Amino acid sequence: MSKSTLTRRGVLKSGAVAGAGLALPTYLAAGSHAGYTNAPTGSTVTLGFNVPQTGPYADEGADELRAFQLAVEHLNGGGDGGMMNTFSSKTLDGTGILGKKVEFVTGDTQTKSDAARASARSMIEKDGAVMISGGSSSGVAVAVQALCQEAGVIFMAGLTHSNDTTGKDKKANGFRHFFNSYMSGAALAPILANNYGTDRKAYHLTADYNWGYTTEEAVRTSTEAMGWETVAAVKTPLTQTDFSSYIAPVLQSGADVLVLNHYGGNMVNSLTNAVQFGLRDKLVNNKNFEIVVPLYSRLMAKGAGANVKGIYGSTNWHWSLQDEGSKAFVRSFGEKYGFPPSQAAHTCYVQTLLYADACNRAGTFNPCGVAEALEGFEFDGMGNGKTLYRAEDHQCFKDVLVVRGKENPTSEFDLLEIVEVTPVDQVTYDASIFGGELGSCNPGA
Amino acid sequence: MFGLEKKDWNLLLFVAALVALAPFILNPFPENSAMAQFNAGYPDLMQRFVIFGIFAIGFNILFGLTGYLSFGHAAFLGVGSYAAIWMMKLLTMNVIPAIILSVIVAGIFSVLVGYVTLRRSGIYFSILTLAFAQMSYSLAYSVLTPITGGETGLQPKVSDPRILDGAIADGTIPKANLFGLEMGASFDLSIAGWVFTFNAGYYIAAIVMLASFYLAIRIFRSPFGLMMRAVKSNQQRMNYTGLNTKPYTLAAFVISGMYAGLAGGLMVAMDTQAGPERMFWTASGEVVLMTILGGAGTLIGPVLGAGVIKYMENILSKINSDILHGWFAFMPDGMEDFTVAILYPFIGKGWHLTLGILFMLVVIFLPGGLVEGGQRIRALFGRGKAEDKPSTEPAE
Repeated sequence: MSKSTLTRRGVLKSGAVAGAGLALPTYLAAGSHAGYTNAPTGSTVTLGFNVPQTGPYADEGADELRAFQLAVEHLNGGGDGGMMNTFSSKTLDGTGILGKKVEFVTGDTQTKSDAARASARSMIEKDGAVMISGGSSSGVAVAVQALCQEAGVIFMAGLTHSNDTTGKDKKANGFRHFFNSYMSGAALAPILANNYGTDRKAYHLTADYNWGYTTEEAVRTSTEAMGWETVAAVKTPLTQTDFSSYIAPVLQSGADVLVLNHYGGNMVNSLTNAVQFGLRDKLVNNKNFEIVVPLYSRLMAKGAGANVKGIYGSTNWHWSLQDEGSKAFVRSFGEKYGFPPSQAAHTCYVQTLLYADACNRAGTFNPCGVAEALEGFEFDGMGNGKTLYRAEDHQCFKDVLVVRGKENPTSEFDLLEIVEVTPVDQVTYDASIFGGELGSCNPGA
Repeated sequence: MFGLEKKDWNLLLFVAALVALAPFILNPFPENSAMAQFNAGYPDLMQRFVIFGIFAIGFNILFGLTGYLSFGHAAFLGVGSYAAIWMMKLLTMNVIPAIILSVIVAGIFSVLVGYVTLRRSGIYFSILTLAFAQMSYSLAYSVLTPITGGETGLQPKVSDPRILDGAIADGTIPKANLFGLEMGASFDLSIAGWVFTFNAGYYIAAIVMLASFYLAIRIFRSPFGLMMRAVKSNQQRMNYTGLNTKPYTLAAFVISGMYAGLAGGLMVAMDTQAGPERMFWTASGEVVLMTILGGAGTLIGPVLGAGVIKYMENILSKINSDILHGWFAFMPDGMEDFTVAILYPFIGKGWHLTLGILFMLVVIFLPGGLVEGGQRIRALFGRGKAEDKPSTEPAE
């Protein structure tokens, strides 16, 4: 190696450099300001819309972004006002939020927790966003929610269906309007029992990650309570595209119902494989073989094409609903973009309006004030009937739709028909069953 | 000083000045101007610059010196992250034990992986490392969910044990700190429209990065570094002369794995969350891009490459079509739409496309990476001296 070159001058120089380096952080710690993170000072307020623009859920992300843009337009007084006219709270009048014009920044989550957090942090630290919304995967939602809790801004979750988001990973600064796995199970089970009987044998194929686990558990528990028997539950890798090797053993197992706990591309492929194998034409235990998909979306139904005909599932919202709120939203979305919105678009639009309304009612953008205004808030006219934002876990409670693939679709958007609107009482559960703790709100700064 | 030659000492001082003044250098535009979109001087991105700089410096010790192209380096980053987050959950939110453990765990893991994969070289080595990384990713994503949190990943919770920390005040959440100094603490300096943010976490990461950079210089200039260059130029010949190269390549592999673990630990320290995606093969590919883009085998190249890629990922990807329309609003309507339509595929979600084009241009015209570009510019202005030119052979 090299010989030591310890000189008096050298030691002094190094010492000075090291000293300066160590002293710097102490100086930095002094900086902090009162109030809350990113308090808007000018005539505008910035919201951050963090959606997947690339990756497997890019379709959902693009639809979410359309909904956000529409919501901002309506908040600023543009367009026909959409759901602002049917919303039961009347504080939104087209003058922005608290008189400030709404501006927004967008980012790409890539459906990866790291990328989503980086994008959300840049919105908070660089663009001064007071609220982050969007996302279309529970992993991302949980990661960004934790970040918002730490940074002291509000997180309005987009498309996230896992129990964990408002269950074991719930946070005081995070709010979810979308329904969850438990509600899907509770809404589906009675319909399945009515249509398929109570002595069925179910076989589960489950996507091998958190959302798959919670959905499988929810459907299992609620169908077993109806008298069904679970023959087997097999986990499939998330990256699987050909499910034939998983479908073949289903017939030998003696099961007569196949439950596909899959979402997005996974569900499109597994359902297509199952139908191609002729499962639905089989008679097992003297009963018709049936397939169930717990979480449906219009975009998925489109991908699976004719295979979805007659298959039951649950969904948060569907554009064919005939209440005033849904009609108003579908009309303004359709006028702007030329096709009906998906359930992801609906939940993102509603979340933005709910946030804006909560700020107006609280009279501040302070996350603690906004959270207080949202907790226990009851509203109507947003497409799902009477809805409650429960204070204990920041989860919305509302009716859940059970849908079925339409036999004779009239257009490429008209793929699902509503079988039943499960009333909210039937899907309500005790807030403590999933564990986790809400903590208390963090205004940051 | 510090056992460095004058030239290397100047390089170290140059890098130190760059990172110390980064809040100024990266925020060249006033806060409210239209160009503020291109400012990169906010804590998250500055932290990422130096952390991925460390990752790339470590990767370069393996790839730049020995020529072994590892395609699974993100696995060590991920393992380091999980080690660090568990340390924070179980022991203390202080970042020091977390970072130390992340380096140790990544080191042990890289000994295991290196022992197996280094039995082969060339493309077979790359494929073996890739396989190991994908295995780690799949394990973390599903099978090991109780330890890794699966898709959701891990975050510190109020209910974690944290043996060494006292109970946190009611209503607060555990935050990563260095003896009480929070990583998120920042100081804003406003000068006539410009806002410069000095962030504690950034400067701590920057000091670690300078230390790693210094260590890399020492390794490059040591007899050990010379031995690794010999491995790169002709390993067979060394074997025929009766020299066993395996210990040297394994040492290089473990050192670079520990650098990756250090980067992973720092990532958790700055942003307390660990998830499996950071082990995905694209993350491993990214560090290869960084190193080649900057200049494989050069000292400062990987740091530059990391900076360029992270800048594009975070700044370019956030420009949406509304912002573009804002920029070209002065043009007549038809022309505005046309310009936006031409540019749009290259920004926003299309930033990968721009990165790909840049990468191709660099590899074709500047095989030595951005460092070679810098040298050519210097030579153009007549200040580059012949002996200054390090070798610019492309890595195999």
